[in-house]
Parts: sequence; C-alpha cells; structure tokens
Amino acid sequence: MAENLLFFTELLGMPVLDLKGRRIGRVKDAALVPLLDSSRIDRFLVTGGLTWLTIRYDQIRSISLEKGLSLSDEVLTPYHDDEYMMRIGRDLLDQQIIDVTGRKVVRVNDVTMEVRTDGARDSLIVLEVDVGLRSILRRLLQGALPPRWIRRLQRRIPPNSIRWEFANVIEPDPLRRLRLNISYEKLEGIHPADLADIVEELSPAEREAIFETIDSEVAADTLSEVESPKMQASILEALEPEKAADIVEEMAPDEAADILSELETETSEGILEEMDSEPKTEVRELLEFEEDSAGGLMNTEFVSLHENASVNDAMAALKGNEDLLDGLNTLFLIDSEERLIAAIPLARLFPAAGEAKLRSLAAETLIQARVDQPQDRIFALFDKYNLLTLPVVDEDGKLAGVITADDVISLLRQK
Amino acid sequence: MRKLLSRFRYHILIFFAVIGPGFITAVVDNDSGGIYTYSAAGAKYGYLPLWTLLPITFVLIIAQEMCSRMGAVTGKGLSDLIREEFGLRITFLMMALLVLVNLTNVMAEFAGVASSLELFHVSRYVSVPLSAVAVWFLVVKGNYRSVEKIFLFSCVLYVTYIISGFLVKPDWKEAAIYSVKPVMLLDAGYIYMLIGMVGTTIAPWMQFYLQSAVVEKGVTAKEYAASRIEVVVGCIMTNVIAFFIIVACAGAIYRVAPKDIQDAKEAALALKPFGQYAFLLFSAGLFNASIFAACILPLSTAYSVCEGLGFEAGVNRSLREAPIFYFLYTALIVAGAGVVLIPDFPLVRMILLSQVLNGVLLPLVLIFMVILINKSDLMGEWVNSRWFNLATWATVIVMIGLTLAQVGIAVRGTP
Repeated sequence: MAENLLFFTELLGMPVLDLKGRRIGRVKDAALVPLLDSSRIDRFLVTGGLTWLTIRYDQIRSISLEKGLSLSDEVLTPYHDDEYMMRIGRDLLDQQIIDVTGRKVVRVNDVTMEVRTDGARDSLIVLEVDVGLRSILRRLLQGALPPRWIRRLQRRIPPNSIRWEFANVIEPDPLRRLRLNISYEKLEGIHPADLADIVEELSPAEREAIFETIDSEVAADTLSEVESPKMQASILEALEPEKAADIVEEMAPDEAADILSELETETSEGILEEMDSEPKTEVRELLEFEEDSAGGLMNTEFVSLHENASVNDAMAALKGNEDLLDGLNTLFLIDSEERLIAAIPLARLFPAAGEAKLRSLAAETLIQARVDQPQDRIFALFDKYNLLTLPVVDEDGKLAGVITADDVISLLRQK
Repeated sequence: MRKLLSRFRYHILIFFAVIGPGFITAVVDNDSGGIYTYSAAGAKYGYLPLWTLLPITFVLIIAQEMCSRMGAVTGKGLSDLIREEFGLRITFLMMALLVLVNLTNVMAEFAGVASSLELFHVSRYVSVPLSAVAVWFLVVKGNYRSVEKIFLFSCVLYVTYIISGFLVKPDWKEAAIYSVKPVMLLDAGYIYMLIGMVGTTIAPWMQFYLQSAVVEKGVTAKEYAASRIEVVVGCIMTNVIAFFIIVACAGAIYRVAPKDIQDAKEAALALKPFGQYAFLLFSAGLFNASIFAACILPLSTAYSVCEGLGFEAGVNRSLREAPIFYFLYTALIVAGAGVVLIPDFPLVRMILLSQVLNGVLLPLVLIFMVILINKSDLMGEWVNSRWFNLATWATVIVMIGLTLAQVGIAVRGTP
C-alpha cells in the first residue's frame, strides 16, 4: 500500500516519457476537475519546449517514482487555463483550507496521492492533504535530495494529514465556487462555536463566502458565537441585505439588536427593511434602548401567563412555545395590564398538581430591573441573587423582556 | 442635522476602533537601539543631523502605509501573503532570517532593560529575569485587547523624552533651523551616523507586526481611511520623539564637549547636571522603550513564523494546541534575556551580526511588499497608483542601498 503513494512534491518535476521512452518534458502541475471526479487527477500540465502541454489522465500508461510518467497516447493539446480546473500547485499548495474533522484552518504543505492501477493504466487519486512538520521537511528538501532519501528521513516524524473528503477548500468567488463544485455543506455539521473560531481566522472575503452559502440558521448561530462585535457587524455589512435579514431573523432579538446597533444607520435600516414584520418590530423596539442599559441587554424570548393561570395552562403555553424551551428556566405572571406580578422557577411545575394556581408556586421575592437601569447594576443583581433569568419592566411596570445569565457571562468576559 | 451628527459620531468611533496597530508599531521603532542611535547622533554632531528626520518620517510612512493597507484589504498577515504567493521555501528562508535578526534584537532590548535599571542601582541579575518573567506572563496570560491598552499606555510614556528635552534647555532656534536645512559633512563618521539613523528606521519585524495587528484588529477596507491617518500620525509622533532625543543630547553633551557615546546609559548620565528630573525621565524612557520592544518582538516573531509556516498560533490557544508558537515565544525571551546575564558575552558582535542579517532580510521584505501590493487579484482597486509606486520603489531602493552600506561598514568595522 505504502509503495503506491506519491506526494505532489515528488510529482512536480517528474519526467514525462513518450511511447518510445524519450523524455518530452517535466510535470509542472496537476489538476482536478471536481465536476467530473472529486479526487482523480484529471490533467497533468507539462512543459514541452516553450509552451505548456496538457495530458489527460487516460493518456497515461504508468506512473512511478523512478521512471516518471509514461504515456500511452502522444497527441497532447497545448495548455490553456480552464475555469473548471483546480490546479493543485496553484490553487491548493500553500493555501488555507478548513479541516472539517479537526475543526480548524490549516495551511496545505503537500498533497498525498495514491497511484491506482486498473489493468491498462495508472491514475492518481488525491488521498490526503498534508500539514505539519513532516510535509514541511519534504517541501524544503525536494530537489535537493533524491526522493527515496527524503522518504527515509521523514519516517521519524509523525504524519499530520487530513483526508481529502474532510478538507474544505475556501473560494471567495461564487462563480468559481460553482465551477469547482465547492460547497460548505460539510461545515454546517460543525458546532457553531467551533465554526465561529474557524471563521474568525479567515480573511473578510472568505468569511463572507461562508456566511453567504451556509444555511441561515447555522449562520445565525455561528454569527452570535463570533467574539468581536466589530467582526459580527462587518460580516453582516458585507452580505446582501436579503441574506443578512434571513440570518438576523434567526437570531435572538437581543443579539440581533446588538449587532445591528454596531452598523451604520443606513445599512441596518436596509437589513431591517428586508426582515419579516414580527421579528422586525421586536428588534426595532430593542434598538431603541441604550446599549449598556437593562433594555439593551434584554431579549424578548420569554413566556408569560395571566396571574390566575394554573399549571395546566402553563403546560399548554409551553407546548405553544417549543422553540424557546432550550433556554427557558422561569415563567412570569402578569396582570391584565401586563404588569409583572411574579416569577415562577420552571422546575416547581413538576411536583405541582395540574389544577394548582401558578401564584402559589411563585418565588418568594420578585427581583426585577427597569429598562433604564445601567449594566453594572444588573450584573450586581445577578451576582447577589444568583439569578438565571432577570425580568425587565418598563416605566409602567409592564414586562418588557428578560436578561439571561449567558448574556451576562459573555459581557463580563469581554470586560 | 441629526443625521450628520450621527455620521460624525460613527466616523469618530471608527477612528477609535482602528487606533492601536499603527501607533504602537511606529513608536516601538524607537527601541533601545533607536534611542542609542539618536543619542549618539546628538552627542557627537549636535543639531546637524536633525534634517534627516523629515525624510525618515516620509520613508517610514510609505512602508507602514503599505502594510496596513494590505492588512485591511486582504485580511491576511504579511507572512501569510508571502507564503501564498511565493511558496514555502522562500517563506522558510525569510522566517529563519527573521528569527535570527529578532533574537539579536531581543538581546539588545534586554540589555537596554539591564542598563536602564542599573541607572537606578538595580542589579541586572534581578532586573532582567524579573522583566523576562513579567513579559512572558503579560502576553500569555493577558488577552490581546488589554495587552494592546498597556502598549498604548507605553506609547504615552515616551512623553518623558519630550520633557527631558525641554529640561535640558537646548538652543531651539538652531534646532529649528537644522531641522529643515540639510547639512552634509565629508566625514566618514558623520555619513556612517546618517546611514545608521535611516537604517534603523524600517525593521523587517515591524512590517510583519503591523500587518498582523491590523488584521487582528479587524480593520476593513472601508475603515482604511481612518487607519491611514493613524499610521501617519504615529510615524510623525515617533520622529518628534527622535527629535527631542537628539535635541536633549545636543544640548547636554554636544554643547559641553562633542563626544562618542557607547550606549544610551551614558547619554542619560550626561543629563544629570541638568537636574535630577531630566536624568530620571530619560532613564525611565529607556526602560519603557526596552521593555515595550521586549514584549512585542518575541510575540510578533512567533506569530509571523507560525502564520507563514502554517502552525497554530495565538495566546488564546493552549500549549497543546499551539506548541511551536509557545516554544518559539518562550525560547526568544529566555535566550534574549539569558545572554545579557552571561559575563563577557559578545553582545556588540551579535548586534553587528544582526545588522548584517537585517541587511539581507529587509530588501527581500520590501521587494515582496511592493510586488504584493501591486497584485490586483489581491488588492483590487487598492493597488498602488503609479506615483505612489514611483515613490515606493525610490524608497525601497534608497533603503536597500543604505542598509547594504550599513552592512558593509558593520562587516569592515566602524571608521
């Protein structure tokens, strides 16, 4: 098995022999045509005199480290740049790719290929993308020492490679992405926090490419995990308003408002225009508040019930708000004027009888904040009362939103 | 009107959001070596060399502006770009040179720490290990944003040189005249000094650091106008400080008796007759400059190398995730600080060697920069204009000439 491997650096400069065994040139690059086959080298580019020639994979009889490439067909065409071609040397070597399983951005040092023999001819299959010290050594020594020596030298260093299926090439140009059959679907399986780390390492154009193409929901989760508010803003700014609006709609309204408030008014208005009316009003309301006040911190994702409601009513309400369930830990009671009356820790519902009034389950003291209270005061409340969720009320005592511990933690960490 | 105000506020915010990289890089240029060079110039030739500061500022702006523009437009560091466009071998060669040059620079910085604190009667066997540990912890345990604030504060401390310049009561009229009146002396020592002054202006590591810092800061092409202002202001400030160092030494040493000084410590001591404060401020400034550069150099080197060779980098990664980064960073500090403690270590010879290596590296870096910034597939509409290119190439050629002259003199020995 190991005997059949060929590294791209070894392929470079390999002699190409015609039917009679005469050398007609040396290999300069090799290319995949992903629309035809995602891993078989489709073409070899060869210097022949002054011009470059193209050899198709089916024109090759054998490939070996010692003898080089032997042709089975000598009718070669001159090379011309073809947009459907991914050239290993030009487009892959030394560039950054995303390692989907390792969840990080890596730089390609070399490419490992397998010489696969099917009866009449040898073809090259891309197996792995090499990163790490071993491939650096190989690159540095190639040409200076015979390939066999280098293979012996590198044996001591542990390999560090990524299977080709799990290597995601990054291409900012949408047209080229289509032609090279590059998609970012694989990235959607990565945890949003990890994907955010990856995205943070890329250049703005590459970042934009990823956000443009991945599913809006994943994009929203990822965007909220991006650490710097400035970067969040510039990602949204770079996207088309429609796509940006799709992403913002999927975000929690408070986070959406935070990011939009970082943008220039014209840009954020443009995005708001494209949004559906319901999330739009929520976000707009939140945008009215000062960023570092309770109003700016809160979100509107809470479940509130009338003060006379029973446990059964609460269960029904929860069934109607299934998308909120993941982060929910408190229910709120309001009177007919929507004023906040009590807070009920969710867990108290479980031992209670279905007909029991929610009132009787309420927490002993009601801790609440007003929309205009400063951030520091809010942090103090969370600390003092060990809160998970803090209700926020407006001037009239009406429940306006809630602040959750996770928002507080990420803000404190940024300080 | 309100809209206009909000726009204005937005632009001010942008300016503060991009501030940092340009300032810090320009100011660190006045490290212990820079301070020595300027002190020596003022001590021996008085106000005569002041005129060089104008062209030096110009050259510095040209180089810094290119890097911050490349950082903002491509979102990639300089070593990333060199790797992607010129391949692994060239990158490896440059990084190897960069490590060697910067190692000797770090040694010089710790020597500066030692000698400045010896002015306050602190033994180097105490000051150097303590500073090395402090530097290591500051960067590894702090996060980038707070570290950057400390760096900016450090920039402010350079004001000590301005005050000590005033305390010496130099001849302002003469200083003003010679700032704009070029004087050439056909004296080998004078010419060597001029070359030294210009030669220390652009160091290779600055280009790498600046571009990475701009990327880290998330400056985008849209905000670039603000970033450019920052770069220009930073370069001017740096040379204003250089002006005051020269003027202080001209007033304190040259006016009494022109002489060669061996290190910056001697310059500080010569300020003593002008009051305790002049002396204290000058020495404190030297300590600040040395430790500031001792923080940035190892960090920037480790970053550039890991970026270019594709290893994981960054203080927000764990030792397990980024072993090579931490190894390089720690090794540079340990070796840089360690040699200062070795009695009879040939530090001066090392610094001369570093100048030679610098002379090999700098032309490479500058030429690559100009090539990169003219690539329209990288820079789009942000490539150099024709006039800017002319100025850039002129700068590059002059810088290369002067650096090579400096190398020649370093190899043959000071006249």
